[in-house]
Amino acid sequence: MSGFAVELVHLSKTFAAGQTGSGDVAAVRGIDLGIRAGEFFTLLGPSGCGKTTTLRLIAGFETPTDGEVLIEGKPMAHVPPHRRPVNMVFQNYALFPHLTVAQNVGFGPSVRHMPREERERRVQEALALVRLPDIGRRKPSQLSGGQQQRVALARALINEPAVLLLDEPLGALDLKLRKQMQTELKHLQQAVGITFVYVTHDQEEALTMSDRIAVMNEGLVLQVGTPVEIYEQPTSRFVADFIGETNFVQGRVAGREGELVSLVIEGDRLQARLPGDALALEQTVTVALRPEKLNVEPIARANGTGLRGTVREVVYLGTDTRFIVRLATGEDVVARVQNIGAQGLGEFRVGDQVNLVCAPDDVRVLTS
Amino acid sequence: MRRLRLPSLGALYYALLAIFMYLPIVMLVVFAFNDSPLMVFPLKGFTLKWFGELGKATEMLQAARNSLVLGLITSVVATVLGTMAAIATMRYQFRLKGAFLAVTSMPLVIPYVVLGVALLLLFSTLGVELSLFTVGVGHVIISMPYVTLIVGARLAGFPSSIEEAAQDLGANYWLTLRRVVVPISMPAILSAFLTSFTTSFDEFAVSFFLTGTETTLPVYVYSQLRFPSRLPIVVTLSAIVMVCSVALLLLAERLRRSGEPGVRKGGE
Repeated sequence: MSGFAVELVHLSKTFAAGQTGSGDVAAVRGIDLGIRAGEFFTLLGPSGCGKTTTLRLIAGFETPTDGEVLIEGKPMAHVPPHRRPVNMVFQNYALFPHLTVAQNVGFGPSVRHMPREERERRVQEALALVRLPDIGRRKPSQLSGGQQQRVALARALINEPAVLLLDEPLGALDLKLRKQMQTELKHLQQAVGITFVYVTHDQEEALTMSDRIAVMNEGLVLQVGTPVEIYEQPTSRFVADFIGETNFVQGRVAGREGELVSLVIEGDRLQARLPGDALALEQTVTVALRPEKLNVEPIARANGTGLRGTVREVVYLGTDTRFIVRLATGEDVVARVQNIGAQGLGEFRVGDQVNLVCAPDDVRVLTS
Repeated sequence: MRRLRLPSLGALYYALLAIFMYLPIVMLVVFAFNDSPLMVFPLKGFTLKWFGELGKATEMLQAARNSLVLGLITSVVATVLGTMAAIATMRYQFRLKGAFLAVTSMPLVIPYVVLGVALLLLFSTLGVELSLFTVGVGHVIISMPYVTLIVGARLAGFPSSIEEAAQDLGANYWLTLRRVVVPISMPAILSAFLTSFTTSFDEFAVSFFLTGTETTLPVYVYSQLRFPSRLPIVVTLSAIVMVCSVALLLLAERLRRSGEPGVRKGGE
């Protein structure tokens, strides 16, 4: 009724010292999150950020220390894993080695006493869905990693869960197969319409597949948003740094004209578009600049805005060129300029004085 | 030339070791077919008469039957208890787990004589009459740690996420145990069962202390050594038991290996 498939209310999990060997570990520290029905939701963060623990709390393999998990509006506190309307795809697939592929996929239906004929038909459908129609009689050990991955997926999807939980399911695959499976998973999710909760540490994977992403670090959710929001409007230094490449420079608020805020960075000046008046004059801020949003111009063309510096490195990357420019502060800033047409970029060489400019909309000001 | 001598020295050593280890067993089998009541060389001739005599030695056959039945029952009990202990230690976190593990494997390091005396003391204090039952209790205590170790190693060999997957797919605890944990561990459980059986069947010290009027084969055989005329029959039966034991242990080892992860099982 709330439209949320999964709700996490101040969810916390602390592992006692006895289990970890070295003091209590707070893996998840009070998460509030609403995952909408039918969306592809990703928990993204570095290893040890609590994303897998969060997933296991939803599945019921861990008991919360505090807070609660609601699935389709119902509290799950006293519901054991085998009664929850969720299914999980494990990182190592966790296929049953003693059963055939068909028996693996049919495990859920057989536990629920589905009649044999219907079960066999459903197994065939599920294997067809993951495009593995002819391997039902093999054992998991006779399959490749990619095939095992698909079997694990079919074994979970056959139960038509309200929510499918995926714990780094593509982590063990090689790059090419991973890319292919990313698109396939996304299409599959759209085809079956099941809510996916996906755990990964791979930011590119998260950006490609997700409807929304929650970025986690040290047991906390730092930001929730669409891939575009997460990439374009990071609200913290961690998010800006973890997703994509970002230059950080220290600055000071020098003035405001309407929505445009003037920032002074060691004698240089940048303008940022910032509606509202969250910033005070003379406040020190961190300025985040994406390399691809910076443009390199000859110093002669400088008109008062931009960061001045010396080119230290020019790397030709085919589609674009990567410049490393040292500012007066001694900090290095990376700029990536697309190689479109004859823009005369070839004129910049190591040692040249340049001006780095950035549109006010692309300058991110972080106060934390 | 000097270089070639080293491997041949090794081969000689190996041959001597093998003779030292297996000569007694070869002798046992040879004398089982020797046509003389005296266990001395030279051999007199080939005969099967001791096997016929063995058929008439009812007391000894009764003892052999006791050992067989006792072995089967104690290994079933030891396998069930030991498997449960293995699951507890490999899959659950609990207080005093280290102490539990130590207590479980203690019988491995207690000399059987000490265990036999201790159990004898306990049973006489409690007023329990010595019988095959008391011997069985002793055998379960001896066998259980082997079961726990063998099955535990198998459980350590597959990740607990496989059990979580079963639960995730709707199986409760008992169903997970029946359809996932036990089938995957079955080779190890069978191997543990066979190991328990041979342990019980061979066991002398504990049986000797705890036996009542009916006795097991090893204890009976020991008691017969006083009568030289019966020696050939003892030798013959020992040869049969020896061949069966080796066969069982080989089977147990084969089962244990076939269940090891990474070993591809037969299929298509």
